[in-house]
Amino acid sequence: MAEVSLIVNGSKHVLDLQPGMPLLWALRDSLNLTGTKYGCGVSLCGACTVLIDGKPTRSCITTVADAADKHITTIEGLSKDNSHPLQQAWIAEEVPQCGYCQSGQILAAAALLSEHPKPSDAEIDEAMSGNICRCGTYQRIRAAIHRAAAASKTTRVVLDGGS
Amino acid sequence: MSSSARLDRRAFLKSTAAGGAALVVGFHFPLAALAQQSQQRPPVNPFNAWVRITPSGDVTLTMAKSEMGQGVMTALPMILAEELDVEWSRVRIEQARTDPQTYSHGTGGSGSVAGSYLPLRKAGAAARAMLVTAAAQNWNVDVSACRTEKGKVIHGPRNTVLTYGELVEAASKLPIPDLNKVTLKNPADFTIIGKSTPRRDTPLKTNGAAIFGLDVRVPGMLYAVIARCPTFGGRAKSFNADKARAVPGVKDVVQIDAIAAGANSAGGVAVVAENTWAAMQGRDALQIEWDLGPHASESSELLSQKFAELIAKPGTVIRNDGDAEGALASATTKFEATYDLPLLAHATMEPMNCTVDVRADSAEAWVPTQGPDWAMFAIAQVTKVPREKINVHTTLMGGGFGRRYQADFVVEAAQVSKAIGKPVQVVWTREDDMQHDFYRQATRQSLAAALDDSGKLVAWRHRIVSTSIRAFWDPPDRAKPAQQEIGSAAFIPYNAPNYRVEYSNPPSGIPVAWWRSVEDSMSGFTVESFVDELAHAAKQDPVEFRLKLIGEQRKVPNVLWPEAHALDTSRHVAVIKLAAQKSGWGSAMPARRGRGIAATYAFDTYVAQVAEVSVAGDGKVRVDRIVCAVDCGRVINPDQVKAQMESAIIYALSAALHGEITIANGAVQQSNFNDYEVLRMPEAPKIEVFIVPSEADPSGMGEPGVPPTAPAVANALFAATGKRVRRLPIRTADLSA
Repeated sequence: MAEVSLIVNGSKHVLDLQPGMPLLWALRDSLNLTGTKYGCGVSLCGACTVLIDGKPTRSCITTVADAADKHITTIEGLSKDNSHPLQQAWIAEEVPQCGYCQSGQILAAAALLSEHPKPSDAEIDEAMSGNICRCGTYQRIRAAIHRAAAASKTTRVVLDGGS
Repeated sequence: MSSSARLDRRAFLKSTAAGGAALVVGFHFPLAALAQQSQQRPPVNPFNAWVRITPSGDVTLTMAKSEMGQGVMTALPMILAEELDVEWSRVRIEQARTDPQTYSHGTGGSGSVAGSYLPLRKAGAAARAMLVTAAAQNWNVDVSACRTEKGKVIHGPRNTVLTYGELVEAASKLPIPDLNKVTLKNPADFTIIGKSTPRRDTPLKTNGAAIFGLDVRVPGMLYAVIARCPTFGGRAKSFNADKARAVPGVKDVVQIDAIAAGANSAGGVAVVAENTWAAMQGRDALQIEWDLGPHASESSELLSQKFAELIAKPGTVIRNDGDAEGALASATTKFEATYDLPLLAHATMEPMNCTVDVRADSAEAWVPTQGPDWAMFAIAQVTKVPREKINVHTTLMGGGFGRRYQADFVVEAAQVSKAIGKPVQVVWTREDDMQHDFYRQATRQSLAAALDDSGKLVAWRHRIVSTSIRAFWDPPDRAKPAQQEIGSAAFIPYNAPNYRVEYSNPPSGIPVAWWRSVEDSMSGFTVESFVDELAHAAKQDPVEFRLKLIGEQRKVPNVLWPEAHALDTSRHVAVIKLAAQKSGWGSAMPARRGRGIAATYAFDTYVAQVAEVSVAGDGKVRVDRIVCAVDCGRVINPDQVKAQMESAIIYALSAALHGEITIANGAVQQSNFNDYEVLRMPEAPKIEVFIVPSEADPSGMGEPGVPPTAPAVANALFAATGKRVRRLPIRTADLSA
């Protein structure tokens, strides 16, 4: 066990953790931020996706040691009130069904839009191929990403908690 | 869920306690008790069960089914709100307490909207009637002189108003109207039902606020991860927990028994810890000696051999019109095909889990479950806490697909909590979930048919062999192995004067249960592939051929479940024609591209799908588009009907392209998404859904979109390549040019 400093959604937390603990469990069990989900534990499904310094990262295989002192954004940090363009687009397109994969989907989409503000279908498919949805919302996710891209006035999406 | 299990709602109403209900699930005693309860339910005051109104007019409606993504949290309250006559935007929704006396909780068999439509209309109408009566009494006028308008009762030439908020206290004390006599709205006057309505759970599913089973946190809660024997039916002979206990954060290690009756849980050794990661690490550090149990030699190869033996012999006769064997024997041209479908995992996005707090004389549970009443019975069974003292909260869940109806993950949590005297959340890893599932049955099915010179079906013989669900769950003297294995194979819409269906099953220890559309996930593929093979053999267009075989309009009774709606061939034909038309059926397609159609009837809903595929030279398949026509009777929320079709299609396609669970040495060989692949966005086709307007009673939507997808794709692949897929998952090598 060791002291680890995690900066999550702009707030710093100093926690006593096993350095090898995946960030996912520190978020969910130590900080009670349960918006980031467990789906596979081996970075295959994308449900655990967070942003670390703006980059999409699988928190199930990123240790707290590796995440220490970096800026972590979880779904809870995207906005205070569902006002992020992607969240607005997700709601307009009625994307979620069970909803379990959607935190990871939205963060992966946020990372995509920060690199490709007006992505093509092929770019969306490629960027989102790591995020599994068992309820079959892929078509609506694509539509929502296009909608958010069209709605964005800035060319770069600025993310809360980014450096 | 099978139509048989869905129809338990009708069975409850009609059957005696010992009769219909006991057929349905492994829980014999509790289900019989449920059936009795539902018959004996006293009339329920809608203001206790369904509607709460504050003096200022805020309305909260209760939802008693499980929201697993299918949209019931929105659709069911829409029905209540319509008859109650309140402003939808002001309505709040809450999950019902688990109370089988008041509510029919079980969510499955595509039966939530279908089964709740009339009861909720009546409940809403009864509440409205009581509010009107309260107003009329207040004004000393006749109820016929009063009308309602979005939360207000209005009377007289000056439109005097009393709001529901002002009336509710008096209204809720009035006698409950006879539900068979309440006035229901004329559907022509619906203002809420039938409109695409934003789902109420969408916002919380976009900002991390939605609480799934795995997100439950209660004070003092610990986390447990369980080591289960890798082989079916095995158990821990002995174990050494020294290393497990040495993992920081591990608090305890307890062994729990397998629970057979109604749960078929594996039992095992639970490591209990302060956080999930420590529990997982602790479990990995256990040293266990397993008694591998009676099924340790079970394998996919052995199963295939048993299938081969059984498919070669006649089975138990399920249906026998005329003399199919005779007609086939004397036919000049006979067509035969044998199909193989594998075991399939549910692979819900959220793995199984359950949180239970067993106290001295009560218990509380937070369960992502499709059956909170059964969860309650299961907890009572293993803890001996009386049912009235068990409070089960139904959480949101990351997918159900039939898996979350089971009680195995519930009893485990109750057992661990009882053993350690603390609230505990049992977490299943993805590997646990993949390897301790209750799989969709494996099946081998052979079909034989003869056509006359005009291309009409003379004989149709369908022999089905599968790893039977009922044989796995029910004692041998009571099991009806064929019950959830046949589905619409027993009442095809195609006219066949000689029509024979047979069934047999090998003994098997492989755990099987309901997987989205159950028996129709199998018979949809085999029937719609075979009729397509006949069409091509007869050199006829597959759409025209089907229409010819269906013939004149008639009703085809569901011979397995006579209480279900008969298949109305005019509705069946309508979806076939609509899907064909919207897909541009008949227009030329380039080389190595093709269209295929399939149409199925399941859960009283008609679905036709046309798939368009492209096949690369090496056989790699791309499904480009699926055009879907659906008739599910009256639609509550049109956008969600589309969403459920999209969902079912992707679920079915994932299985058709990738899904296969294999067994070796009595254990499942797959473990995670690396070796049990599922469909990802780049493979998702464009899906277009067309809903047939209908005023028939609403019928199911959760599952009916599954059965036609795989055969539509297989039929498209034949059109594209001339190669017939007779086994799933589709293999690239089988389709190379």
